[in-house]
Amino acid sequence: MSKVTDRLAKKRAEWAKLAETAAAKPAKFGPDIDLTEYVDPADMAEVDTLKSLDKQMREAALYAGVDADETFRSGSYFQVDHTPIYRKVQEAYNGQLEIMSTSEALEKYEWVQDLWWSAVPVDQDKFTAKAELEQTGGYFIHVFAGQKIEKPIQACLLLAESNVSQNVHNLIVIDEGAEAQIITGCTVKNDAAQGIHMGISEFFIRKNASLMFTMIHNWAESFHVRPRSATIVEENGTFINNYILMKPVKSIQMFPSAVLNGDNARARFNTIISGKKDSYIDVGSKAILTGKNTSAESIARTVAYDECAIYARGDLISYVNESKAHLDCRGILFSDKAQIWAIPALAADGAPQAELSHEAAISPIAEEEVEYLQTRGLTKDEAMSTITRGFLNIDIPGLPPALKSYIDHVLDAADKEAL
Amino acid sequence: MLEIKNLSASIAGKPILDKVNLTINKGEIHALLGPNGSGKTTLLMVIMGMPRYEVTAGTITFQGKDITKATIDERARAGIGLAFQRPPVVRGVTTRQMVEICSGSKDEAQTKALATRLSLEPMLERDINQGFSGGEAKRAEMLQLLAQNPDFAMFDEPESGVDLDNMAIVGGAMAEILETKEMRRTGDRNKAGLIVTHTGHILEFVNADFGHIFMHGSIVCNGNPRDLFAEIRENGYEECVRCNKCQK
Repeated sequence: MSKVTDRLAKKRAEWAKLAETAAAKPAKFGPDIDLTEYVDPADMAEVDTLKSLDKQMREAALYAGVDADETFRSGSYFQVDHTPIYRKVQEAYNGQLEIMSTSEALEKYEWVQDLWWSAVPVDQDKFTAKAELEQTGGYFIHVFAGQKIEKPIQACLLLAESNVSQNVHNLIVIDEGAEAQIITGCTVKNDAAQGIHMGISEFFIRKNASLMFTMIHNWAESFHVRPRSATIVEENGTFINNYILMKPVKSIQMFPSAVLNGDNARARFNTIISGKKDSYIDVGSKAILTGKNTSAESIARTVAYDECAIYARGDLISYVNESKAHLDCRGILFSDKAQIWAIPALAADGAPQAELSHEAAISPIAEEEVEYLQTRGLTKDEAMSTITRGFLNIDIPGLPPALKSYIDHVLDAADKEAL
Repeated sequence: MLEIKNLSASIAGKPILDKVNLTINKGEIHALLGPNGSGKTTLLMVIMGMPRYEVTAGTITFQGKDITKATIDERARAGIGLAFQRPPVVRGVTTRQMVEICSGSKDEAQTKALATRLSLEPMLERDINQGFSGGEAKRAEMLQLLAQNPDFAMFDEPESGVDLDNMAIVGGAMAEILETKEMRRTGDRNKAGLIVTHTGHILEFVNADFGHIFMHGSIVCNGNPRDLFAEIRENGYEECVRCNKCQK
């Protein structure tokens, strides 16, 4: 056994011990789930190219932002159920970044072991515990110091079998002075599938580094989803998190956080949610400002149809005087059986000069706006759809054109489906 | 082109229009003059089919078809256009999108050319009317109508909140929409229009063929628009009611 492997075994024992203490601990928010209902799927064979995946899988991935034609991507990671079936860095980017499963990374680097569970507590709840005790893959993306990766890196976590529990743990490290964009698509091959996805993601944005992370969730009506994410941003680092949920889900609960440890660190959360059918959606973002001159922004746009319930949370917490954060959360309800709860929370702890603010609003589309568009020839339904689409269209500064057109594509496709 | 017969309408149960009769033929530009609160805007809104106004009597016929019960968009698609006095901000919908909706195409070159003519190119990617000055909002209305190219265009107080430079641009665009620029005679034009104004300044830039004075929800006087304005400037609107020549 190598020194790294030996060390990992010891670490694993420590993490497992902690995880055991939380194995039955329900999450603070969202409905509890009996995790014993789910089974282990069969392993899948690895593939040499994403183009060799079956059509249904490729389409599901594409709809979640992951393109089997990798021309416009710098690297890819693809996992089906429990098996990482593909990881590749495009030739032009060799030496600039590395992609592998986190199991491989833990075996390879001691420093990865040190980061593991350092941002998200392993004993947070039964879902983090399960991800440690029965981890089923996850990606490790590491962008080397000083590298500016202009094409997005993509990662897909796909569930093909029904009644499966996918317990992934991802680790993303953007080293000093590096810049990257990552698109993660989480999706199912079959819309009728049942199952649960637990995704632990720990992000480390080093000094002067930046990451734009875009996650598109396309689950199914009988799927439970429990991501647990946390980001540590160092001095002058920037973290932008875009989250898009446009399809129904049984339940999703997540409350990703960004801890702005370094001076001048910045974070922005952009959340776009279209809740349909009886989806239970409890999604938030938390910015914790501890470095000087740190700033954070959290923008959420939610629309609720049918019997959907959306809880849009947003916490801004500052411990330093030289800090600024703003939260903007707006929602539209399209059904008298739907619910939206906007729950902003601001806290300044020992920081009388911190500037924290929020705007939260839930209101219908103004009739005069619909009528205005009708005078230009759109039907009432078309006008409502155009305004709703515009409402969800968050202006994301610095969004690369390719990524913008992709997000537009996802929103347009979901919009057409809704019509 | 447009025929309004004995039209009465109310808003929230309050009567506003009272037995309005008005016929506008192809090629004709009509100006509707009247004091604030006389019901001029209401008449345009009722012609456009805004649902908060209830038609309590009478009919509206456009191009030979009864449109009294048609929806707003059915009227728009039939060829009726409206430039609002105070257009709403529609967040998330850009000026470019509005032009594309109006023209029914995504012809980038055409959109750019139209926007350039109205000095609105910088506004194309901005949400429609968001933070627009008075002049910009009016020019954006003209931009949309030019793209929509309606057979019958209505303009609600196109000069309000607009400085002289902007008024010339707005007036020029109106003349183009109504085909008065090239074709001075009504018989040559295919378009028709109805301009609501209470100051009459816009008529310096667009020549109207007929004038109507609108008071208390009804047309109380008809005539040459310039003569009517001269009369109003001298004696005020109340004189029209008192004189009552037209009704005789």
